[in-house]
Amino acid sequence: MTSQDQLTAAQRTEALEQLLTERGLVDPKVMDGFIETYETKVGPLNGAKVVARAWVDPEYKQRLLQDGTAAIKELGFGGPQGEHIVVVENTPTVHNVTVCTLCSCYPWPVLGLPPSWYKDPAYRARIVREPRTVLAEMGLELDDDVEIIVRDSSSEVRWMVLPERPAGTEDFTEEELIPLITRDALVGVAKVTL
Amino acid sequence: MTTVDDLGGAEGFGPVRPPDPDEPVFTERWEGRAFALTLLTMGRISGRNLDAFRYALGRLDESAYFDPDGYYGRWLNAAELMLTDSAILAPGAVEARARKLRGEDVEEPPIPEPNKPDYAPTGPGSLRQIDEPPRFAVGDHVRTRTEMPADRPNRLPRYVRGHVGVVELIQPAHLLPDTHAVFEGENPQHVYTVRFDSHDLWGADAESFAVTIELYDSYLEPA
Repeated sequence: MTSQDQLTAAQRTEALEQLLTERGLVDPKVMDGFIETYETKVGPLNGAKVVARAWVDPEYKQRLLQDGTAAIKELGFGGPQGEHIVVVENTPTVHNVTVCTLCSCYPWPVLGLPPSWYKDPAYRARIVREPRTVLAEMGLELDDDVEIIVRDSSSEVRWMVLPERPAGTEDFTEEELIPLITRDALVGVAKVTL
Repeated sequence: MTTVDDLGGAEGFGPVRPPDPDEPVFTERWEGRAFALTLLTMGRISGRNLDAFRYALGRLDESAYFDPDGYYGRWLNAAELMLTDSAILAPGAVEARARKLRGEDVEEPPIPEPNKPDYAPTGPGSLRQIDEPPRFAVGDHVRTRTEMPADRPNRLPRYVRGHVGVVELIQPAHLLPDTHAVFEGENPQHVYTVRFDSHDLWGADAESFAVTIELYDSYLEPA
């Protein structure tokens, strides 16, 4: 397919959209809706809201760790790539980190679409082989006595990390906690910091 | 079957990309269009399902999988494969149209007779109830299969094949991707989160850690 290499992805996409639209198989307005949803409505802010709630409400936290999907739905989040979400807690002694080595499975309802580093072959290949080294490369140095558990999402089960609440936030309200909670912490390649 | 998408433990990819907190959801406009086109192709147009989409990704050749246009370049290639598999589009139709749009004088292939799979799911999504109880319990030791049939896909990565792990969780039963992806039935099975020790997977010199992965009942035997 040497000749196709000369076409840009933008040109191939436009051609495909045009072919399907003129056959009545695609409505560009429906496409606009999908794109807008994932650009503006479904992203890591949802996961941050779930975590902030768990940090301030011990009963919610218990429900979240017992049945992630149902507890997440309590806050109104669900949908594609969220059929069964398991939430695991990071502690001073246990650190969970998530990956999909076979593709790029990711809990869309709480984290949105995956960032480029998560989809990159280097992350997919290496995090299940040398996670301590990979996390250090990404700026997260873990003490030697911290147990690392890598969660490889190979089925429709999706994983989200409940990060540790940082010291110094004891007086923070739920609303004040939300902006501290990053996508990277929800995947487990970073901690939440003040 | 060992396919291009089975990357766990593969060497030679170099450093990971540093996270960029300000990375936009779609870096370029076409990426959003390709994302939406692929979702629609999978769900409504080609008659192919999510497992068939993953199988389409896994059937791409290396140059199409590691498309220089990245992740959505790969999606575009898989969408085109699903559409030509279902004869919604003729092979070469996208390239011909793209060249025409660029002003080249090319003839477009005729629209083929569609050949969508005859497929109706028995329910929404990928989770199903099954009557028989799970074969394994939490704490059981299980061994993964070493060989998988070459004529259909599977979700048993190479790096856990032939290893012994411990059942950590029993997950809801799922459709079996191996048959669902190729329209040979849903065949729902129990799914287990199985935990492996890094030294068993990678040898005595490996970093100390655990990996868990969801495995379908038929991938496992008692250990």
